[in-house]
Amino acid sequence: MSGAAKGAKRQTVKERSELALNDEFLRKAVKFTTERLRNGKKKASEEHGNWELWRERGRQIRLHTIAHLDYYLNLFVNNARANGVHVHFADTAQDAVQLTMDIAKHANARSVVKSKSMVSEELHLNQALESIGVEAIETDLGEYIIQLAGEMPSHIVIPAIHKNRYQIAELLSKEAGETLPPDTTALAGFVRKKLREKFLEADIGMTGCNFAIAETGSMVLFENEGNARMVSTVPKTQITLMGMERIIPSWSDLEVMATLLPRSATGQKLTMYMSGITGPRREEDADGPEEMHIIIVDNGRSLQLGDPEFQELLNCIRCGACLNACPVYRHIGGHAYGSTYSGPIGAVLTPSLNKNIAEWDDIANASSLCGACYEACPVKIPLHDMLVYLRRRKVEAGHGNALESMGMQGFATVMGNSSRFGGVLRLGKLGQKLVVRGGVIRTKLGPLKGWNTYRVTPSLPKQSFRDRWDTLDKELGLTKKDISETAQSKMEAAVKKRAQAAAEAKAEGKGGKGHHG
Amino acid sequence: MKVSLFITCLSDAIYPRVGEAMVRLLARYGVALQFPTVQTCCGQPAFNSGYWKEARDSARTILDAFEDSDFVIAPSGSCIGMLHHYPKLFENDPVMLARSEALRAKSYEFTQFLVNVLEVTDVGAEFPHKVTYHPSCHGTRLLGVKEEPLALMKKVKGLELIPLPFAEDCCGFGGTFAVKMADISGAMVTEKVDHVLETEAEVLVGLDMACMMNIAGNLRYREKPVRVMHLAELLYEGVKEA
Repeated sequence: MSGAAKGAKRQTVKERSELALNDEFLRKAVKFTTERLRNGKKKASEEHGNWELWRERGRQIRLHTIAHLDYYLNLFVNNARANGVHVHFADTAQDAVQLTMDIAKHANARSVVKSKSMVSEELHLNQALESIGVEAIETDLGEYIIQLAGEMPSHIVIPAIHKNRYQIAELLSKEAGETLPPDTTALAGFVRKKLREKFLEADIGMTGCNFAIAETGSMVLFENEGNARMVSTVPKTQITLMGMERIIPSWSDLEVMATLLPRSATGQKLTMYMSGITGPRREEDADGPEEMHIIIVDNGRSLQLGDPEFQELLNCIRCGACLNACPVYRHIGGHAYGSTYSGPIGAVLTPSLNKNIAEWDDIANASSLCGACYEACPVKIPLHDMLVYLRRRKVEAGHGNALESMGMQGFATVMGNSSRFGGVLRLGKLGQKLVVRGGVIRTKLGPLKGWNTYRVTPSLPKQSFRDRWDTLDKELGLTKKDISETAQSKMEAAVKKRAQAAAEAKAEGKGGKGHHG
Repeated sequence: MKVSLFITCLSDAIYPRVGEAMVRLLARYGVALQFPTVQTCCGQPAFNSGYWKEARDSARTILDAFEDSDFVIAPSGSCIGMLHHYPKLFENDPVMLARSEALRAKSYEFTQFLVNVLEVTDVGAEFPHKVTYHPSCHGTRLLGVKEEPLALMKKVKGLELIPLPFAEDCCGFGGTFAVKMADISGAMVTEKVDHVLETEAEVLVGLDMACMMNIAGNLRYREKPVRVMHLAELLYEGVKEA
């Protein structure tokens, strides 16, 4: 882990977001690109014409696969081995790193070219390889940029989303030893030329895995730059890092995923390149690696299996749509989340994978629970509910903030009884006389500091609604009045509809415990 | 049939005018709203912060208050959305779970009741102003209230509805989020108000007073004279003036 990342981790999410909020370049860059991506997704899903149905299909495929993950993993592994692939299992990040280093040593490797892989970022693999003298080069343009900058990705799909082209030109100029213009074509041209040499001299190519197809033991990569093709065809040895949940049963399921993923990620109907790889080079193949390894990584994923509140987390297909839709992410960017995965999915995934309540749980507070993530998710993961579950688990584990706990006990006392609530309102009306000016409260003292730094607080009116009710009732005679015939018949129809809906839900086996919006 | 007003603690304490507008407007359609006074708060602040034991104390007052109602109507999609969480909150208590399911089925956000149950879209109002509308997150995303308010506004004479840019973005309220993550919330509400000002509307209308309080607070802080209203208020004012 780089020094910057270590330093970032020690701070709270609040401190980290403070840094981002004061960085106008970052906010502008993130806003610009997330807006482009989410508008692209909106357009692509509208043009698709049947988006909601396909979202549900995607969700069902993922639910089914994860529910039978043991079966499909076995099937995948047996088929991959039959194809001549060396399959390894890594329980932890350390295991995965060790396996990779062993393969690299065995191959006498001097250099590794990598295509984009979030699992690799999760393992902090590059530093480990460097420590044994193996050069690891990121070949995805965004990953290459953040590798040069010594940073973590700040977005699942667009790792360097937080940088504008002037900052990128500066970084690449340093690498080039000459001043490059802040022109996208020129900058990409430089990187292409530079990486071409690296591809040709690399001993190992490393890839991630978008989907693993159980029925044939194949792995599928989605990419736009063609670098993953180079990585998986030129070097003699290929290593694929794969999260254990990347499985789908069949190629026909891939059709659904290939419809959902690019549209959700970038608004594309298809990515530029979609590669299906089934084993190392065969005699009749023109190219491809002589040796192929797949490392299946757990690293906290299996903790979600059997957990009714979090198992759906494994359904994620890493499209980044939740980041692009998230109004919090837009303002603070990815580094504020402090870990490899950022945005709403990161806020849930990081603490879930780490089972480390005290260190990570504060990220769950960095959400207004607006549900934009759930709405954007192509497989309908209820991230907004999961954020609440994380907060609850923290409180239940005794890690709640002491002041907040007291406040919530006070809340329960007041709200558990309407006469106490009425009493508090009357007290408030008396107390506010000290601070109300011109109908509002502007003081920045105590608990109002945060709120009143950006707003004014309304004052309590002379009468609350419960104070006003008797007068209103007397005037309109509400308690004594019958409901009109027209209204009555409309409402009876609604009650009938309700009963029908309940019966249908029961017939479909939807119990009362469902907790989606 | 008993139709009850779930005023929500915020409107009870700070915006009684919203409740009054609902009562008066619905009375015109022969619906005599009742107000069970034992109600307090839906419990959302505690629930969302992870304090479910405390949230249950609050939720019980709501379950008691509306036990014998056939319809429960609130001027907030967020608070009605919270009632939808009750089955989860009481998932290990069969009796409370059944009561929660019953409450969920009979609860309506104000425009849901007006448009979907009473089948009213034209209340006969006149409101000759430029208006923009902020669709609150919980109402639209969790309850699915999207078309109802638009259908109502479309029928108001003189009302010029100006689309709010990035309307679907959260205003940054988020309950305790606005206090805990004050600067992120502040950035969000500032951006929301920038968009409201871009429309040059005279009035901002919404269906949730928590969001409206947040946005209005920033408008007032920045001394911008945009009037902020709940749709029930706008409709009732429009009816009186028509």
